[in-house]
This record gives sequence, C-alpha cells and structure tokens, in this order.
Amino acid sequence: MNNPPHFKGFSPIGLSEENHPVIINFEEYEAIRLSDFEFHSHVKAAQIMGVSRPTYTRIYESARRKVAKAFVQGRTIVFEGGKVYFDSEWYSCNSCGCWFNHTERELNMEHCTLCGSTDIEQFFDNSDQVVNEDRCVCPTCGNEIVHLPGTPCKNQICPNCNGQMIQKGVYLTRE
Amino acid sequence: MKVAITSTGNSLESKLDSRFGRCSYFVIYDTESHSVEFIPNPYIENIEGAGQASGQLVASRGAQKVVSGEFGVKVKSLFDSLKIKLVILKDPEKKISSIIELLNH
Repeated sequence: MNNPPHFKGFSPIGLSEENHPVIINFEEYEAIRLSDFEFHSHVKAAQIMGVSRPTYTRIYESARRKVAKAFVQGRTIVFEGGKVYFDSEWYSCNSCGCWFNHTERELNMEHCTLCGSTDIEQFFDNSDQVVNEDRCVCPTCGNEIVHLPGTPCKNQICPNCNGQMIQKGVYLTRE
Repeated sequence: MKVAITSTGNSLESKLDSRFGRCSYFVIYDTESHSVEFIPNPYIENIEGAGQASGQLVASRGAQKVVSGEFGVKVKSLFDSLKIKLVILKDPEKKISSIIELLNH
C-alpha cells in the first residue's frame, strides 16, 4: 500500500460520534484516490493496484456507495486500519534480540529502542501478502506461466511454442 | 524518560511477563532518576478490554516506551496513536533487572 491515509476517518459536524460508522478499507480509499483525485482511468488504476479492471471497478463502486451512505445517513467514516497499516515498520535488533516499532514514519530508525544498538534490521512480514497462484496455460504444449492480474490469459503468447494461452481451469467448449 | 515493562512479579529479579493486558505487574522505570515502581495490574481479571485499559494506565504514568512479550492488535493501534514506542522481547526468562540494564545504554 503506497499512500495510506494519514488520518483515521471523517465525522459529520454536529452529530454524535456514536452512530455506527461506515468502514472504508484501504483498497477502497486507494480507488477513490486514484480515480477521483488523480483522475486515472479504471484500466490504468487497476494496473497501478495490480488487480484486473473488473475487480478495480467493483472496489471503486463499493467505495463510492459507502461514501454516499455516510453522506446521506450522516455516519462517521472510519478507515480500516488494523493489521495492514500498523503492523508495518517493525525492526529487529541483532544485539538484544528484541523487536521494536517505528512510530514516526517520516524519520529513519537508527537505534534499537531497548538497548540503543545500531545493529538493527527492518522486519518484513510476508504473511499478509497474497500468493499469486493463478496461471495461464498453453492448450498446445501445456506450458504454464504466472498470470499477471490485469492482462487476460488469452492475450498472452506461450513463450515455448508461441501459441495463444488460456486461463488455467477453464474448459474449452469448442474444438 | 519513563519506560513501562510488564512483569510476572514485584521485584527486580522477576521475569518479563509475556502478556501485556493481563500481566501481573507493570514496572515503571525512569531512565533519568533510575527509580523503579511496581504496580499490580488492576485489569488482570478483566474479561475484555484489558489491553486498552492497561494501555491507558501506562500512558497516564508518562511511559514513552513499553516492553512486553507480546501485544494484541487493538492495543498496538492505541499506542501508535499515542506515539508510544513498543518493544517485544520473546524471552520468557529475561529478568526485569537485565531489561533495565539494557535501557541504561
């Protein structure tokens, strides 16, 4: 996630905060940012986010509907923060073995919070990332390649035999 | 600067408590005056919200860093908003005295 919002959400002026907030997740926030603020086409925005165009349009629609709900029903908007945002920026210390976090994202961490050592490294937690298991397959020679979201398999040429590829898992309905 | 440490007991020989919200004691250590204060955790029996309540407690004592074995997801975001630094030490045998030694760098 490139640009998470640097604030937690919005509140209607003059209403109590106890009003069942609308939760907008970071994908949806990003879709509003890309389409309504940066004016990208859905095709381009989908590419930027690494999803297919129909998926992007779904996310964007969902975002717009939530914003409309918040506007019309006078509800607070809360950006779903949690894991994705706050679990980033962790470091490990090779001297004392602790893990510590980085609260001021603008500054660089140079010392271990606990023991002050400079022998620290940034900790990248990959368990949140989705493993791409989608494949394009060549019906002629059986070769498989990793499917790139945003580019239909039928537009891919087999690197092995130059045939047209198809989405793996789709049955051919015509000879 | 004040540092909060979760502890299993109320002496310097006690070990680091691996939980935050339901630890046995909070140690408030002042790195300048070297004073050590042990506070029994009033929220240890709480069914829910122990993390949030404990977080407010250490914040109200002026802690700028908190050391524990683990923190729950909700309390991490609370500390983030309070700009309090978190330190996770996965060593259940670590004594409070050695943690204080590390802080005196």
